[in-house]
Amino acid sequence: MVTQHTEDAIVAGVRSGDEAVFAQLLNDWSRSMLLLARTFVSTEASAEEVVQDTWLAVIRGIDRFEGRSSLRTWVYRILVNTAKRRGLRESRTVPWSNLTDEERGPTVDPALFRDADDQHPGGWRSFPREWHSAEASVLDSEVRTTVREAIDLLPDRQRIVITLRDVMGHSSDEVCQMLELSGPNQRVLLHRARAAVRACLSSYLEVD
Amino acid sequence: MSNLSCQEFVELVTDYFEGTLDADTVERFDEHRALCPGCETYLQQMQETVSRLGEIPVESLSEEMQSTLLSAFRDLRR
Repeated sequence: MVTQHTEDAIVAGVRSGDEAVFAQLLNDWSRSMLLLARTFVSTEASAEEVVQDTWLAVIRGIDRFEGRSSLRTWVYRILVNTAKRRGLRESRTVPWSNLTDEERGPTVDPALFRDADDQHPGGWRSFPREWHSAEASVLDSEVRTTVREAIDLLPDRQRIVITLRDVMGHSSDEVCQMLELSGPNQRVLLHRARAAVRACLSSYLEVD
Repeated sequence: MSNLSCQEFVELVTDYFEGTLDADTVERFDEHRALCPGCETYLQQMQETVSRLGEIPVESLSEEMQSTLLSAFRDLRR
């Protein structure tokens, strides 16, 4: 991760042609840039080209970077502009502003809770089962595979938000800026996605 | 001040982690959590889910594109 105090050194490195610095940036940022680009264009190949064009623009334009925003914000803004131009050509738009009723609905199966006429309406019918602890015999690599498969099953918007936030570690503010998404809508998508991944993990990790 | 049901509790977990609940709701959330083992388990499992997500390795650009960009960098910044 790039921190504020290393940012000046990174900008200087890119300007002076330090290949190791540039290679590190490519390595650290390209994956989330690909994901972000993919939300504006229709194919993986298009997204790769958007990321490539963005890096070329960064290499050419780094001398014009004035440090008024963070380097990352500057780079991602170039990416979004590049991707949007291309998305217009491909007439692809991912709507980020409006959530569907389904997306706003419950994230846990209502059948797991007691009915409205019960003595404890909305209480668990039976508590969620405990999971195997981390020290138990469950293999981390298998858990990672389960998590990865769960992410792949999510609808586009949820998959993008949970990947940027929880897998890649971007902050809430960064993700809202990148996707031009409101804070509350971002949290709705993130919460749905986490609940879905938890449900998949549950079927794998529950103690019998 | 009304009590939260379990069904309401599970929908507030991410807002709770993100620190976006108002003080009154946080109080009701914490009270519920202290009294309800099922919801405490759910909360812990959501927390573990988030940390498991953070352990997934992230792929980057194809090697081919990396080398294309690195040679462009060499040509343009020399």
